[in-house]
Amino acid sequence: AGCERREEAGGGRSGKAPREQEKTVPSALPTPHSCVWSVQEENAGAFSLQVKELFSSLGVDCNILELDQVDEGASVQEVLSEMTNQRTVPSIFVNRVHVGGCDHTFQAHQSGLLQQLLQQDLAYDYDLIVIGGGSGGLSCAQEAAVLGRKVMVLDFVVPSPRGTAWGLGGTCVNVGCIPKKLMHQAALLGQALTDSRKFGWEYSQQVRHSWATMTEAIQSHVGSLSWGRRLALRENAVTYVNSYGEFVEHHKVKATNEKGQEALYTAAKFVIATGQRPRYLGIPGDREYCITSDDLFSLPYCPGTTLVVGASYVALECAGFLAGLGLEVTVMVRSVLLRGFDQEMAEKVGASMQQLGVRFLRKFVPVEVQQLEKGLPGRLKVVAKSTDGTETMEGVYNTVLLAIGRDSCTKKLGLEKIGVNISEKTGKIPVNVNGEEQTSVPYVYAVGDVLEGKPQLTPVAVRAGKLLARRLFGGRSEKVYHTLFWPLEWTVACRDNNTCYAKIICNKLDNDRVIGFHVLGPNAGEITQGFAAAMKCGLTKQLLDATIGIHPTCGEVFTTLEITKASGLDITQKGC
Amino acid sequence: MAALRGAAARFRGRAPGGARGAAGRQRYDLLVIGGGSGGLACAKEAAQLGKKVAVLDYVEPSPRGTRWGLGGTCVNVGCIPKKLMHQAALLGGMIRDAPHYGWRVAQAPHDWATMADAVQNHVKSLNWGHRVQLQDRKVKYLNVKASFVDMHTVCGVSKGGEETLLSAEHIVIATGGRPRYPTHIEGALEYGITRSCCPVPTSPSLALLNCLADVALECAGFLTGLGLDTTVMIRSVPLRAFDQQMALLVTEHMAGHGTRVLRGCAPERVEKLPDQQLRVTWVDLASDRKDAGTFDTVLWAIGRVPETASLNLEKAGVRTNPVTGKILVDAQEATSIPHIYAIGDVAEGRPELTPTAIMAGRLLAQRLSGRTSDLMDYSSVPTTVFTPLEYGCVGLSEEAAVARHGEEHVEVYHAFYKPLEYTVPQRDASQCYVKMVCLREPPQLVLGLHFLGPNAGEVTQGFALGIKCGASFQQVIRTVGIHPTCAEEVAKLRISKRSG
Repeated sequence: AGCERREEAGGGRSGKAPREQEKTVPSALPTPHSCVWSVQEENAGAFSLQVKELFSSLGVDCNILELDQVDEGASVQEVLSEMTNQRTVPSIFVNRVHVGGCDHTFQAHQSGLLQQLLQQDLAYDYDLIVIGGGSGGLSCAQEAAVLGRKVMVLDFVVPSPRGTAWGLGGTCVNVGCIPKKLMHQAALLGQALTDSRKFGWEYSQQVRHSWATMTEAIQSHVGSLSWGRRLALRENAVTYVNSYGEFVEHHKVKATNEKGQEALYTAAKFVIATGQRPRYLGIPGDREYCITSDDLFSLPYCPGTTLVVGASYVALECAGFLAGLGLEVTVMVRSVLLRGFDQEMAEKVGASMQQLGVRFLRKFVPVEVQQLEKGLPGRLKVVAKSTDGTETMEGVYNTVLLAIGRDSCTKKLGLEKIGVNISEKTGKIPVNVNGEEQTSVPYVYAVGDVLEGKPQLTPVAVRAGKLLARRLFGGRSEKVYHTLFWPLEWTVACRDNNTCYAKIICNKLDNDRVIGFHVLGPNAGEITQGFAAAMKCGLTKQLLDATIGIHPTCGEVFTTLEITKASGLDITQKGC
Repeated sequence: MAALRGAAARFRGRAPGGARGAAGRQRYDLLVIGGGSGGLACAKEAAQLGKKVAVLDYVEPSPRGTRWGLGGTCVNVGCIPKKLMHQAALLGGMIRDAPHYGWRVAQAPHDWATMADAVQNHVKSLNWGHRVQLQDRKVKYLNVKASFVDMHTVCGVSKGGEETLLSAEHIVIATGGRPRYPTHIEGALEYGITRSCCPVPTSPSLALLNCLADVALECAGFLTGLGLDTTVMIRSVPLRAFDQQMALLVTEHMAGHGTRVLRGCAPERVEKLPDQQLRVTWVDLASDRKDAGTFDTVLWAIGRVPETASLNLEKAGVRTNPVTGKILVDAQEATSIPHIYAIGDVAEGRPELTPTAIMAGRLLAQRLSGRTSDLMDYSSVPTTVFTPLEYGCVGLSEEAAVARHGEEHVEVYHAFYKPLEYTVPQRDASQCYVKMVCLREPPQLVLGLHFLGPNAGEVTQGFALGIKCGASFQQVIRTVGIHPTCAEEVAKLRISKRSG
C-alpha cells in the first residue's frame, strides 16, 4: 500500500540515454545507491528495511535517506517527485538511476536487471576517469579500456616557470627517462669518440658538439612517442582530453583547457596519476632565472657553464651528461649524494664524476640568484651559503639547473572537496592499509609518483596501473566452474537429476589455483577429503583437468568441469 | 685405490720441501699442463689452498709464425682481442651515430696498426699480470713443451732443447685447442691465416671460410665494421650449435650491414697471384657451379682441434675420443687415469668457453684439496656471440627444447623491439629480437633465453642466474623492468609464438 505504483517498472534506466538521468539526481544523495523514505508514509519503514536487506545480500551498501530527518526534506521530496513522477516513498535509486519503489526493486532483482545496474555504473559519463596521462595513468586507462570500460584521460601540462610544456606521456617520455637516456647516450658517444682514436679510427679535426642538433633529434623522437601514446589511446577508444582536471564534488571533475573553457565530467571511479614536478628553492631569483629538468631537454640553446643544484639522481645524471658534452659543470650539494642509495656506491659515483671534470661544492645551499646579463644563455650570479657555518660564496654561471627534488601534483586537484587525504609532509597520497592503490575515498585510486612510499619508477607505475585496472574492472580474479550432476545410483531410482552440484573457485591471477571446493551430493565428505589435501599442495584447474577420473563416481565430475559461472551456460542435466 | 681417491687423502704422498727429488726430478703436488684460463685458475686455486704447484705452458707458433705469452687462447688470441676489435667496430658505428646526437665529427677512416698495437699492448699487460699472479701465489711457471713419460712423470722441453723431468701426485691437462686448417685444400696452409694471426697488417678485402664456429661470424662482423670488404663463406648452417632462428637473424643483420655471405659454398683452392693477392676458387654445393674471387687475406675459422698431439697421452694411458681427439673425462673431470684430469677445451663434451674452464679448474683444485665435493654444473651455461648485433643466450635453443620436451609442451614467447639508442640515429632495428623458451605447463619454467641486441652479454648474465634458480615465465613477467633499457624487453614479453 505504501509502495507507489508506476506504469513502467524501472523506467529510469530503460531510457535510451540513461546517463542523462544523472544530471537530475540531486546532490543530496551522497552515495550512488539510495533509498529515500519518510516515516509519514504508512509501512514505508518496513519496505525500506526490506530494500536494505536486499542490497546487503548483494554485498552493496545502501544509503537510507529519511526525509523527516534531513533539512529541507520536504523540498527534496518535491524535487524527487518532479524528477521521477513518483510521489510515494520509498523511492529507490541504483547508481543514481531511479529504479522505482520497493516492488520494482524486487522485480528488477528477480530479472537480474538490478545486478546489471549495480555493476555497470550507468549513472556516470565514464566508468573511469584518469587524471594524468603519464606512464601509470595511461597504462591503467588502456587496460581498463581493454576490459571494456568507458575511460577518459585528462592530461594537461602546466607550463614550467620558464614556459616549457609538452604533450601526452608524462615525465618519463617527455622530460624524464627517455630524453635523459638519449642525452646520456650523446655523452657516451663523446667518450666513444675519444676512445675510438685508440682503437684506430682516424680523424684529425677537433670534435665539437652541437646542442641544437641533439635536442632537435631528441625532441623529434619524444614527439613521436607522445603521438604514439595518443594513437594508442584512440585505438583503445579512450577519450583523451587535453584539460586540467580537478574535483568539484563527489564523482565529478571540472576539466579546464588551455583557453580556460570548462567542462564537467562524472565517473564511477577515478585514478589520480598526476605524478610530480621539479621543486624550486624558494629563494630570490629561482623561478625567474633557474631551469629544471622540465626545461633542460628542450632548451633551445646550449646551457654553457652550468651549476647543478642538488644531489638526487636527476642532478647527477644531468651533471654527468652535461660534462660529457664538454660543458663546465659544478654540482652544489647540501649534504649527501644520492640519498636512499648505498652510500659507498654513491660516493664512488661522485668520485668518478669528479674524474670526468665535474666540480662538487659540498655543504652549500644557494640563497640568491641574480641575472648579470641577458642572453641565450645569459650570465647568472649565484650566492650560496655554507650549511655548517656562516661562510658565503659566489659563482657566475650561464645556467643554473635545479634538481633538488620533486613535489607531487596533488595540491590543486580539489582533493579536499571530496575528502582524499594527502600526507601533509610529502604532499603524496597514502595508500590504504591493504597496500592497494586506494585512497581514503573508496572510489578514488592513485598510481605512480603521487603514491606515498612507493618507488618513483616508470615500470613500477606501468605495472601498478595495469594491475589496478584489472582489479577494478577485470571482473573478479576468481573464476567459478560449476555443474549439476546426477549420481549414477540416482538414475535408476529416477531421483531428481538437478540437485547435486559441484563447484570450484579458481584464482585467475594465480594460475587458476583452486581456492574453493564445494560439492553437494552423496558421500560429499569422502569426496572432499582428498581434494582438500590436493588444495594444500597447490591444486590448479589445469591439474584437475589433467587428472584421470575414476569411473563411475561422483568425484570424477571435478576432472571434467568446463562451464564457468560467468559464461551463464546451462548446467542442468537432461534425461530420465 | 678407492680409499686413496678420497678427497682428503689426495695429497697424502707429498714429499717434504718438495724441490728436487731423486734423479734431478722436480716433484709437485699438482702439475698443470697448459697456461690458459682453465689451467691457470686451477693452479692458482690449488696454490692458494697450500699446494705446491707448477704450470707448464708453451705456445707452438702458428703456420704463419705467430706466437704469444702466458694466458692461453682467451687472453691472447680469443675473447679479449676479439672483443676489443668488436669494440673498435662498434665505435665505428658510434662515430656514424654521433652527428645525430650533435657531435660535429667527419666520418673517419680506420687504421689497423693503431688498433692492433693498442690491443697487443693490453694483451701483453694481461700476460704479465698472469705471470705476476703465479709468482705471488708461489706457483712455479715453466715455459716448456710438455709430454708424458709415464703416468706420473712429465718431460718438459724448453725452447733451447733443455729437458726437465717433473712428477706430481695429480696432473691436470688444460692445453686447449688450436684452429683447424683445411689441409686438404690446396694453398690453405701457405696463404690462409687463422684468428691466432690476428695482428695482420692492413687488408682491404677478406674472405672468411667457416663451417660452424661463432669465431667466423665474429671476425667477419668486426672486419666489416672496420670498413673492410669482407666475405663469409659458409658450408652449411651458421652457428650450428645455437638456436637457428637467432643464427638466421644474426646473419641477416650482417648481410644487411655490408658483409657478403656465401652460403652452401666450399673452398677448393687458394693461389697467390703475381700482385700478392689471393685467388680463391670455391664450389656452390647445391648447383656444383664453381666460382672464384680475389682477396687480400683468407681467414680460416672452420673449427678447432684439441692440442693433444705432442702430449704422448698414450704413455700415460689417457684415452681420447678417436674422432674429435679430445680427452675423455667423467663428471669429476678425471680422465681414464684417475689422478690425471682434463679441463677446458681439450676435454670431450665441454663447452669451449673461458668461464666454464675457469670454474671447472677452481672446483677441481678445491676437490683435490678436500675443500668441497661440488662438481662443475655444465648445464645452462650462458654465452654471447659478439657479432655486430650481439647474440646472448642461455639454456636450450628452441630446437633443443622441442626435441627434449616435444613441441606441444613448449611455449616460446618472443618480441621484436627497438633499442632507444637506435631511435635518434634512425638505425635499423629489424633484427633486434628477444625470445624466451618455456615449458607450456604452468608455471612455465624458463628453458632458454635468446637475446639479440646491443650489450647482449650484459643482458643475459642476470637472466642466467634466474634460470639457474628455476625462474618461470610467470616470475619473469612479474619482474619490474629497468627503464629505458633493452633488458626490460625480456620482462615485457607477453606474446607467444603459438598465439601468433
